[in-house]
Amino acid sequence: MNQYPLWKYFLIFVTVVIGGFYALPNMYGEYAVVQVSAIRGSSIDETTRNSIADILRGSGIDVLGMESKQQGLIIKLQNTDDQLKAQSTIIDTLGDDYIAALNLVPATPAWLSMFNAKPMYLGLDLRGGVHFLMEVDMDVALRQADERYVSDIRSFLREKKIRYLSITRMSTGGVEVKLRDNGDRDKASTVIRREFSNLVVSDVEGDDLSLHAKMTDQNIRETRNFALQQNIITLRKRVNELGVAEPLIQRQGDNRIVVQLPGIQDPAQAKDILGATATLEFRLADADGNSVQDAVAGRVPAGLSLYEERGGAPILLKRQIIVTGDQIIDAQSGIDQQNGTPNVTISLDSKGARKMNSTTKANIGKPMAVVFIERKTTTRIIDGQRVKSSKEVTEVINVATIRGQFSKRFQITGLDTTEEARKLALLLRAGALVAPIDIVEERTVGPSLGQDNINKGFESVIIGFIVVLIFMVVWYRLFGLVANIALTLNLVLIVAILSLLQATLTLPGIAGIVLTVGMAVDANVLIFERIREELRIGNSPQASINAGYDKALSTIADANITTFIAAIVLFAFGTGPIKGFAITLSIGILTSMFTAIMGTRAIINLIYGGRRVSKLSI
Amino acid sequence: MQILNRETTINFMSKRRIAFIGSMILLLVSIGSIATRGLNLGVDFTGGTLVEIGYQTAVEPATVRQVIQQAGFEDAMVQSYGTARDVLIRLAPQSDMSSSEISTKLLDALYKAYPDQVEMRRVEFVGPQIGDELTEDGGLAMLIALLCILVYVSLRFEKRFALGSVAALIHDVIITIGFFSLFQVEFDLSVLAAVLAVIGYSLNDTIVVFDRIRENFRRMRKAETIEVMNSAINQMLSRTIITSLTTLLVLTALFFLGGEIIHGFATALIVGIFVGTYSSIYIASAAVLMLGVSKQDLMPVEKEGAVVDDRP
Repeated sequence: MNQYPLWKYFLIFVTVVIGGFYALPNMYGEYAVVQVSAIRGSSIDETTRNSIADILRGSGIDVLGMESKQQGLIIKLQNTDDQLKAQSTIIDTLGDDYIAALNLVPATPAWLSMFNAKPMYLGLDLRGGVHFLMEVDMDVALRQADERYVSDIRSFLREKKIRYLSITRMSTGGVEVKLRDNGDRDKASTVIRREFSNLVVSDVEGDDLSLHAKMTDQNIRETRNFALQQNIITLRKRVNELGVAEPLIQRQGDNRIVVQLPGIQDPAQAKDILGATATLEFRLADADGNSVQDAVAGRVPAGLSLYEERGGAPILLKRQIIVTGDQIIDAQSGIDQQNGTPNVTISLDSKGARKMNSTTKANIGKPMAVVFIERKTTTRIIDGQRVKSSKEVTEVINVATIRGQFSKRFQITGLDTTEEARKLALLLRAGALVAPIDIVEERTVGPSLGQDNINKGFESVIIGFIVVLIFMVVWYRLFGLVANIALTLNLVLIVAILSLLQATLTLPGIAGIVLTVGMAVDANVLIFERIREELRIGNSPQASINAGYDKALSTIADANITTFIAAIVLFAFGTGPIKGFAITLSIGILTSMFTAIMGTRAIINLIYGGRRVSKLSI
Repeated sequence: MQILNRETTINFMSKRRIAFIGSMILLLVSIGSIATRGLNLGVDFTGGTLVEIGYQTAVEPATVRQVIQQAGFEDAMVQSYGTARDVLIRLAPQSDMSSSEISTKLLDALYKAYPDQVEMRRVEFVGPQIGDELTEDGGLAMLIALLCILVYVSLRFEKRFALGSVAALIHDVIITIGFFSLFQVEFDLSVLAAVLAVIGYSLNDTIVVFDRIRENFRRMRKAETIEVMNSAINQMLSRTIITSLTTLLVLTALFFLGGEIIHGFATALIVGIFVGTYSSIYIASAAVLMLGVSKQDLMPVEKEGAVVDDRP
């Protein structure tokens, strides 16, 4: 009686070995590293490598090792102090064409990483860093799409020689086309329908001279999707410029993007670059001598708009945009060879280049302006209601005479400082956002708090764990010891599964583990109490063990399944900390069922099974 | 070691009316407090900004408040956090400033006032709409969890047991939240997670007692329902005490060693475990008794139990 077939022992043995193996990488700690990568076409070759090594040696920093990897040159250092020192030294010597990012790299030995064994992935609350949740303003994305249709329909009707009175964007969305007579309206309706298959063209009730064209639902979905994707791409580019080692940029739901930047020390800088939704527009400035004073007084001539230059001077610009920010491929700051002032060299994509080419060809000697548009969002509370308003700050940052015909590459001059040129180049290079985004949630954890959280979290797990172990031995003697082995195995398995899944371990996740430790004991308590009960009513020790496990099984299963249901619901509907907690709780329930039932039974069977026993140590 | 080395014969169910009155008082106090005082909701739910700052030496919250007010944050709340060197600054959603600028401006003011002495430990900014969503999602998660449990317990046991267990869960949730309202302990996202964990724990406890009641119904064919329940609760008593005790031990470690940030979480669970253990007996079981369950109601389930028992 009370013997397990060999395969069960084998199964448990294999689980223990595999679990132990994958939990092992967590014992090795991390290296503080500086990750150097090249941008803008420069590369890290043997010379760069050697010179970095020389510089670091020269400034008295001990380098533990250097490795060239796909993401760049990894320089392992002894501690975070050396890491910071090394980073600034490298930035000072290598300059702008390289990025030196701080990172922590697991010190997993090769024989473990060979089998893809990695330590647990720590959440930002444990390792420090910035978490942003950003929301894409879809209203603006759709408005921009409508505006594009207005201009497309306008040039299309002109091309088809259909005369119209006006083409405007409706405030409720869609485009309104007003025509001169019925015949024109029918003609326009037919050709627009044929040309713009993703617009729904409809007549207007009570107005037989107008047409309404609205985007199809499919088209709206695609536009929204595109706005989100474009933002993700842009954010990715911007984050790369920041030099973060392992950034996470992920879509969340219909209109949100999660950005996680581990190890960022200065969230303000990250926000400046990520959050500023700046865009550029190149427009021709008015050269026909219209009165600026008249415009300021409210009489803006047709086809022109009034803008302000830096310092507030008014200026008239043509309404038509030559090139927008999203057509910019690259922008670099530099110093003008001739007059020594800072400048930005811009490269355009082919569409932008074509347009720039034809515009500059026709307008040599005329002024062209660069308009910098920054969008800020504020939330006001008016009569107890939250009202979100966004404010656009437009500024003509530069007006220059077109010196010659140019297309793909050209320069903006007239910037005040190199710092300003650098910042503008960075924003330009990252491309302008199609639809603006707002930060709707920010969670920043400083590096020292992250370390504190790890220490306190693990300390409380270990102390709580030891107290429970002592309690179990005092209470159930040998059986308690067996339960303790199972409990330890349970902890190892949780760590192994978390490492294997690379699920993010957060502070609430640690709390989940703590709770599992407390609750995992329950299964053993149920079994042991049942065995005691069976012994009390006079059953033999062997029969009592058997009955104890048998009868407790359905109770344990019911209790765990119901808790598991709760954990799954938490996982499905929760966000952030709730999710982290639910993951470890679910894993804990599963592993504890295995260790507390099968694990302890195997050991009990090995101790007592198949022989005459007169007394149990319980 | 054993405290209860023989089966106790406490007549739990006879005290159910007193317990019922006690529970009603607790529930009324909780609901009354939630209705009048409300909850001290954290930024997770209200929206706003929270900044934790570490100083190198002890600092008076009042002086920090002055610095912040000079920087233009009139409504800032400043309090010590954990140690005298840590302060927590809370700001309601600002009306005249872009959301992401707030923390930057606040930190700049502090860096300027205390050069090289302050360290940013944590910044949390939650937009108002996110706060509303979290409240909705949290409530929804709780409702769905309760519904799933209702279905599972009706399938595994019987509908009166399901109602009893859910009644106990609602009782536990209200009292736990009531505790946070009464003592105005901050209720943040981690506390919400803890309340949901209380549901899990309390349920676990209830199911264990129910399981024994079902078993005893089948074993003690002649006994009255009330006797069956009393014997089940007595048989489970030492298990209930030990499991609650070990869980409480671990939570106490978490409460004292887990750091300030986990305090609310541990508090909610400690309260929840006391209430949850009590409610398995006096709410769940008493409700089942009140709803008039009899052994006939549980007979068809026997086959299912037999299948499970078939394992080694």
